[in-house]
Amino acid sequence: MTDTRHLVVVGNGMVGHRLVSALRDRDEHGEWRITVLGEETRQAYDRVALSSYVDGTSEEELRLAELVDPLVDLRLGDPVVAIDRERRTVRTASGAALTYDALVLATGSVPFVPPVPGKDLPNCFVYRTLDDLDAIQAAAAAAVAKPGPGRRSAVVVGGGLLGLEAARAMRLLGLSPQVVEIAPRLMPAQVDEGGGALLRELVTGQDIAVRTGVAVSGIREERDRLVATLSDEVELDADLVVFSAGIRAQDALARSCDLPVGERGGVLVDARCRTHDENIWAIGECAALEGRTYGLVAPGYAMAEVVADRLLGGRATMTPEELDMSTKLKLLGVEVASFGDAHATTEGALEVVVNDPVAGTYSKIVVSDDAQTLLGGVLVGDASKYSTLRPLVGAKLPADPVAMIAPGGVELGADALPDSAQICSCNAVTKGTLKNAIHAEGCRTVPDLKACTKAGTTCGSCVPLLKKMLVDEGVEVSKALCEHFTYSRAELFEIIASTGIRTFTELVEKHGTGRGCDLCKPAVASILASLGNGHIHEGEQATLQDTNDHFLANMQRNGTYSVVPRIAGGEITPEGLIVIGEVARDFGLYTKITGGQRIDMFGARVEQLPAIWKRLVDAGFESGHAYGKSLRTVKSCVGSSWCRYGVQDSVGMAVLLELRYRGLRSPHKLKSGVSGCARECAEARSKDFGVIATEKGWNLYVGGNGGATPKHAQLLVQDVDQETLIRTIDRYLMFYIRTADRLQRTAPWLEGLEGGLDHLREVIVDDSLGICAELDAAMALHVENYADEWRGVLEDPKKLERFVSFVNEPGTPDPTISFVTERGQPVPAPRAGDPEPVLIGVPAFGRQEVQ
Amino acid sequence: MTTTDERPAAETLDTDLRWETACPLERLQPERGVAALFGDEQVAIFRTHDGSLHALGNVDPRSGAAVLSRGIVGDRGGEPIVASPVYKEAYSLVDGRCLDAPGVSVPVHPVRLRDGLVQIGLR
Ligand code: SRM
Ligand SMILES: Cc1cc2nc3c(=O)[nH]c(=O)nc-3n(C[C@H](O)[C@H](O)[C@H](O)COP(=O)(O)OP(=O)(O)OC[C@H]3O[C@@H](n4cnc5c(N)ncnc54)[C@H](O)[C@@H]3O)c2cc1C
Ligand code: SF4
Ligand code: FES
Repeated sequence: MTDTRHLVVVGNGMVGHRLVSALRDRDEHGEWRITVLGEETRQAYDRVALSSYVDGTSEEELRLAELVDPLVDLRLGDPVVAIDRERRTVRTASGAALTYDALVLATGSVPFVPPVPGKDLPNCFVYRTLDDLDAIQAAAAAAVAKPGPGRRSAVVVGGGLLGLEAARAMRLLGLSPQVVEIAPRLMPAQVDEGGGALLRELVTGQDIAVRTGVAVSGIREERDRLVATLSDEVELDADLVVFSAGIRAQDALARSCDLPVGERGGVLVDARCRTHDENIWAIGECAALEGRTYGLVAPGYAMAEVVADRLLGGRATMTPEELDMSTKLKLLGVEVASFGDAHATTEGALEVVVNDPVAGTYSKIVVSDDAQTLLGGVLVGDASKYSTLRPLVGAKLPADPVAMIAPGGVELGADALPDSAQICSCNAVTKGTLKNAIHAEGCRTVPDLKACTKAGTTCGSCVPLLKKMLVDEGVEVSKALCEHFTYSRAELFEIIASTGIRTFTELVEKHGTGRGCDLCKPAVASILASLGNGHIHEGEQATLQDTNDHFLANMQRNGTYSVVPRIAGGEITPEGLIVIGEVARDFGLYTKITGGQRIDMFGARVEQLPAIWKRLVDAGFESGHAYGKSLRTVKSCVGSSWCRYGVQDSVGMAVLLELRYRGLRSPHKLKSGVSGCARECAEARSKDFGVIATEKGWNLYVGGNGGATPKHAQLLVQDVDQETLIRTIDRYLMFYIRTADRLQRTAPWLEGLEGGLDHLREVIVDDSLGICAELDAAMALHVENYADEWRGVLEDPKKLERFVSFVNEPGTPDPTISFVTERGQPVPAPRAGDPEPVLIGVPAFGRQEVQ
Repeated sequence: MTTTDERPAAETLDTDLRWETACPLERLQPERGVAALFGDEQVAIFRTHDGSLHALGNVDPRSGAAVLSRGIVGDRGGEPIVASPVYKEAYSLVDGRCLDAPGVSVPVHPVRLRDGLVQIGLR
């Protein structure tokens, strides 16, 4: 082991941070002791995601992995003010002097503010750091709180990537943004004329005013506000002005110690990222690599890796040609991506453009003169192809160029790419590295790949491709239900339907292995129930049910249950309300109006359920199936019975539909809504199937979803009469029940259905597969055989037997359950070590699944 | 663990055990649990498809709710398990360890069948 040397890093931004973590990862023998001197007072954070701060992402969430390491000394809020190259020391603002063996400059950039009069007035800001955003938020809040009429507004100087992000942030803060861009189009560096025209339209549609081809020439204060004068003499009133007109490399330190800088700024470095001083390196935005600076994080990360390697005696170099300057607008709800040679500057390059103003998409790819090699491209309006096209830059085109960008054209997967293709450009991760992570290191999920390779951890735009890669490499491709069945749910459905097998034991013995688990048993139970197999607790079926179905109630976090009687269409009589009120009062239950237009009573102990339900059933209520993967509610609006706009009886229709499909077991829960007119008060388009009244009949929308990934339902049939409507819904539901995966809602099912909505329409309207008669018969069977599950339990002493707290002490309440009073109602008493909040999708404690 | 043919697979020699009766065997539906209360100790009792009996502590360590008896019974790679009904981690019916979280486990109790009655050994 050599003597420990001292590395001083100036700047604790994204690239400085990457250098330190890369060096600490590789420096196994502790050759280097590191001191980081940062000007900002905060720990390094993800500047690329800066704008999400105004969306509510916290500083903690933006923070990069903390560097807790005995060999790293992090000193924040103390910028370096001078370098003495001769003595190899740096001096900081606080007066500290440090001697270095190697010095790395990672000082990033400073925002460029055009030298216009008034630029330093209060309420003029730049957009670079969390401190900037804190100041902007405070000013915006003060502006919004000002008395007086009119919207508060912000002028954003610069219409590039950053300017558009800033403009959206202003809108989120409650201001009307006006973007002023000197070039003739928005995002001039990335987007061509055709794309720019569409981009302008899309941005304007987001309530952001755009002026191109003009510059801000001055700013003055007038009556407590600002007035920005433009080069065409237009004056814009504003409460604040944000400069996002570009950046300049922060090379002040280098200049002051006579290190050469590039013509357009930036510390000059060679391919090793070394400055003219052997002991000083420069990386990230402050570096001018062979004269050129890079305003994106990926090249900076690559430089950090090179220097980490060099400091340990490696021979890595940078090759500017390989630097990826691809960009994708992350926010704004407007998709823009540009990659490779977007402006077709390569000799002989050809441009292929597909412009669809109706759909609001513009796609261009740039190919070599022989149309064989992809050079670059621009995507506006729909950038979904970005993640597959970008890694193909420089590679042979796998398909005809037009087909690659045309709507409905070739769908490219990661399989079309060579191993050397960079899948994640932010972190320079190639397809080969990812393959290795999958096969040699056992990565099975996107989070695995992120942890193992860093791919997908920066801008996130490569994540769709990571998913595709897992599938291509045979990881997620398996539709097998679980270790006991190699079949998908749809395949099992066919097996059960065609063989007539009606017990789990027979099924698992003939078509599976072992004794099943919590994945396959409820799925099989659901299939058996969909095929009309009597009460869900009949015989062996009882053992397959999830706890909710087993006790016909939803388990809560303290082991008690909730009780939800059906209130079809949300319509309930005063007597019904009184009964629910009395039951809740008598059993001491917490009550709440649900999001599904009904009433939920919480806190029932398992042994109380039969008595509670006896009262409800006697009063004419029935199970609401809030516990089942089955129809939940059909929400309604008051419709033509009361509303002055209603054109049909939406409540009547909702009740009819809810009673028709109640109890129908399905791969996941089903929700519906019926609105009496296009004002859509029942939110039908967020439902698995939604019905909206028209003057002529009913429109049916399918595949909507709330939840974690909201989706609007799509129009399946229009202006149909009641009979057609019901027939179409019958078939839609039965087709879904047969073919969906376990726990797949209708929205992802429809999305994954080959041929999509058109195919669905062919199958259930035009009967292209000839299965409609079967689907109709299956639904008829369901409607005919429906019986209230709770009544079924109350009438059968054998089924009632299980509703006890303890086999040996049936009436004794579970001693671990207790309540406290909150806002006048009982809620579970906190327990020692109460569960940490459950995050969806984070494997905090092994496997978990949301019900 | 013991089998239903009254020949205990591994009758424990621990003489400090106090045996308590939970219920008649018929009360246990194969692959569905029941809970029993002995003093303030809650036990989840299961009968698997092959007839074996198992008893674990009833409290789910993750949520603190006394509900393990209400989970789905099955196997992982042949090892009999119950999946907690709250967040679905699997617990081995044989040794009580959590298969999804290293280091987490629930207590295991000896079970035996006497005159058609399921009995639990308590310490
Ligand atoms: C009670 C209620 C909240 C409330 O206080 O209003 C509720 C409560 C639960 N919801 Fe919900 N959801 C309720 C309306 C909704 C709605 C709004 C709606 O239906 O209009 C949604 C969004 C719409 C949608 O489903 O598309 C909703 C989206 C979810 C999701 C996410 C589904 C998805 O597709 O992403 C889950 C998780 C799941 O099912 O996997 C969930 C799961 C749950 C569970 C079952 C979680 C659990 O396993 O314990 C909650 C227990 C309910 C109980 O014990 O009774 N709940 N849940 C609402 C009951 C409505 C009803 O009358 O049945
Ligand atoms: C709103 C916004 C959106 C962006 N979006 C993207 C994107 O989508 N994709 C992309 O690739 N890039 C994006 N970027 C650019 C990306 O953030 C930068 O490329 C990256 O942060 C550069 O890292 P760096 O370490 O070189 O500089 P920085 O992250 O700026 O870090 C430099 C640090 O050095 C400190 N410093 C300066 N002088 C001194 C001194 N004398 N002493 C001590 N410390 C000093 C600074 O205070 C700063 O903390 C975006 C930037 C912004 C502002
Ligand atoms: S959707 Fe139409 S009919 Fe229904 S309440 Fe709203 S405005 Fe009235
Ligand atoms: S390309 Fe940005 S995180 Fe992968």
